[in-house]
Amino acid sequence: MTAELRASAGESLYPRLEPLLAQIQKPIQYVGGELNSQVKPWEDAAVHWALMYPDAYEVGLPNQGLMILYEVLNERPDALAERTYSVWPDLAALMRENGVPQFTVDGHRSVKDFDLLGVSFATELGYTNLLEALDLAGVPIHAVDRDESHPVVVAGGHAAFNPEPVADFVDCAVLGDGEQVVGDITDVVKAWKAQGRPGGRVELLARLARVEGVYVPGFYAVTYGADGAIAEVLRLRDDVPAKVAKRTVMDLDEWPYPKTPIVPLAESVHERMSVEIFRGCTRGCRFCQAGMITRPVRERTITGIGSMVEQGLKATGYEEVGLLSLSSADHSEIGQLAKELADRYEDSKVSLSLPSTRVDAFNVTLANELSRNGRRSGLTFAPEGGSERIRRVINKTVSKEDLVRTVTTAYANGWTQVKLYFMCGLPTETDEDVLEIAELAVEVIRAGREASGRKDIRCTVSIGGFVPKPHTPFQWASQASAETIDHRLRVLRQAINADRRIGRSIGLRYHDGKPGVIEGLLSRGDRRVGRVIERVWREGGRFDGWSEHFSFDRWTQAAAEELAPYGVDLDWYTTRERTEHEILPWDHLDSGLDKEWLWEDWQEALSEEEVADCRWTPCYDCGVCPTMGTEIQIGPTGRSLLPLTVV
Amino acid sequence: MGRQPDGPPPPPTVQKLRIRYAKRGRLRFASHRDLARTLERALRRAGVPMAFSAGFSPHPKISYLGAAPTGAASEAEYCEIGVSVRCDPEAVRAGLDASLPEELAILECVEAGEGTGSLADRIDTSVWRVELPGLSVDELRPALEEFLARDVVTVAKRTKNGLKDIDARPSVASASAGEGAGCAILHMVVRQGTPAVRPDDVLAALAAVADLHPPLPPRAVREAQGRLDDTGTVADPLGPDRAARLLREHAAI
Repeated sequence: MTAELRASAGESLYPRLEPLLAQIQKPIQYVGGELNSQVKPWEDAAVHWALMYPDAYEVGLPNQGLMILYEVLNERPDALAERTYSVWPDLAALMRENGVPQFTVDGHRSVKDFDLLGVSFATELGYTNLLEALDLAGVPIHAVDRDESHPVVVAGGHAAFNPEPVADFVDCAVLGDGEQVVGDITDVVKAWKAQGRPGGRVELLARLARVEGVYVPGFYAVTYGADGAIAEVLRLRDDVPAKVAKRTVMDLDEWPYPKTPIVPLAESVHERMSVEIFRGCTRGCRFCQAGMITRPVRERTITGIGSMVEQGLKATGYEEVGLLSLSSADHSEIGQLAKELADRYEDSKVSLSLPSTRVDAFNVTLANELSRNGRRSGLTFAPEGGSERIRRVINKTVSKEDLVRTVTTAYANGWTQVKLYFMCGLPTETDEDVLEIAELAVEVIRAGREASGRKDIRCTVSIGGFVPKPHTPFQWASQASAETIDHRLRVLRQAINADRRIGRSIGLRYHDGKPGVIEGLLSRGDRRVGRVIERVWREGGRFDGWSEHFSFDRWTQAAAEELAPYGVDLDWYTTRERTEHEILPWDHLDSGLDKEWLWEDWQEALSEEEVADCRWTPCYDCGVCPTMGTEIQIGPTGRSLLPLTVV
Repeated sequence: MGRQPDGPPPPPTVQKLRIRYAKRGRLRFASHRDLARTLERALRRAGVPMAFSAGFSPHPKISYLGAAPTGAASEAEYCEIGVSVRCDPEAVRAGLDASLPEELAILECVEAGEGTGSLADRIDTSVWRVELPGLSVDELRPALEEFLARDVVTVAKRTKNGLKDIDARPSVASASAGEGAGCAILHMVVRQGTPAVRPDDVLAALAAVADLHPPLPPRAVREAQGRLDDTGTVADPLGPDRAARLLREHAAI
């Protein structure tokens, strides 16, 4: 397309998109116009951000991270932010046919017109969708091929803590909380543009690389040794940091976003409003990357939460509020919060929920409070490990007796369905550990029938394959093969079905082990894995998080062929256990965790030793607070929620 | 015995309000389910004192009448809500309208007139206006004449159970061809029934009888709904409610 023919920057593509919408599934997801969405005049902003969630609209829309940044950026008079999501293959084909590029759903502007494309990676399985979006946008998929006319592609989200597999495709990765760093990036881009873009794209990236928390992979080179492992990570400029440290937002009450959550017309995966009640977790579950990379714990106060709930409900009209965090029952004021919110909304039809619950009798009390006058159907607990032994390995200790007692209490309190989350393929795991899940479920149903006097109670066991993640004590671990996972799931199913009188009350939900292997490759991969991702995308791979689109064979074949020249393979990245001093691809990216501490914690896992939570016991020197200059911020504040005044 | 909700049953419906609304522009791509969700949230934001069904999962009392298909715009969608506190219908209209996205508009809200019967009984016909971009009226007219001259025009319709043959002709009470900016316009009055004949089906019928294939996707707008009388006019379904109100006011004086 020549410069003359090109539509002016920021122009709406909607007139060209509309005829295509009549020919596809669920067109509503592409039209925008949602409550609390906004379209600012293009010319009014100095810096334009396209924010992408690389999955379908119905999955991406409720994402809190994206919604927060959308609001924070749009509050700035000099910035504009619009959202874009992955388009399904039916529309993608029509867009290519008709020359319609990747667009934002707010102003239907071409993604290519924006200064920045921020992509939030909650999971590595979105990588092929990034390539698809770049290609649809008319942006070269390789960062080295981009010029000043192209947006700067910025990766964020938890997966950005090891962005090496997508290092060839992104210009920068942002580590940690996004609220403040997006402002810093905006300032840098604004100044560079105002100065007439001195030094071109390289200078802009160099300036961005000096922003705390921003990693520019292009300024680092990686070399590999004869054994296939990384030999060295070299800085190519001396004005970029040797180690890039994550960003941490302190005092969450100062950042009460989203204030006006976007309410979709289309159905989404979460039909509720979420309020994040704290960030970070120090429970120390060794499998949990989120808990490791988001330290320390920073609570919102009970009053801060109360006003976010109230303002959010007013702004959205939602009838359900989820009190979100990594382990919500751990909030220092949760009991009072649950009671006072339940009091406040008792007469309205607003329901409250607590996702992700530890196995703890207190959680049943909380759930009872929140469902005071509502239906008690399902309650979810996450023991994660089947046996007491494996729960010590993963540092999520709960005794079998406590577990059975807690679940039984739930049945006795009128809950008819309990869902139990487990993982399979954990380090040191044997068939016996997994088979204990069946024993546990059987016991839960027996005790539950007795305690509740009902036969119709149900227990659903939901189980997934474990994928070792960077920046966790299990980053050195051997990942279980798909065959191992599938075998353990098979024996578990047989054990549950052994006694039909009990087994019919137990449901088993699981996924086969194959997608986990690819997630493992992408999670702990290095830059060489980028060639696999590109190959898979070129062969049609996208929406890899969707079983109907995921092709294991396409991935394994691409991995075999693309990795062979380097003398490594899929197993090398997944089932191989790493040694203590191997340079890991993410070692130059600093989550604050001390690598020596992580190794010690890994050794303690192997010897089944537990670590207590540092909120209530002395610091165990994970390294985060001193390295990052942060501290635990928890209550109780002693404050309480005031009754709402009648309007 | 399972748990029962504590406390008294929810307050009863004291007033029924009948609402006419429009979906326009981009939001013509909203499905009926999308609209229902959006409307229910807007009612909450607007603070309309809805009446609820009893039980553990109370639902607001709303009933929808035959929704326009996804992709079709409409100036005449109808629903009826039950409220637990008497409201000024115009205040509800304005409040609800302000709580909705711009392209959803609440056009009218009237109190259901006592003894006037159900709203559903007053709707059996749709008035459609279908813009056909890239087509001239001279192309449309002969095709339409051919269609109207037939007694039976069979088209395949996509249903839940796969493709099914239906006769598109008898439902079309009247139709004419007009001209707009860069497009032909198909005006038609279509009886509602089972199987439902929608604008797409009539266009498929035009393709079948006269090989008419619009080069671009058509844009349909439902302009009105109501009861078709012998003279071929479609009566305003809210008319009897308005008349009842006038009578009430008159009696009060």
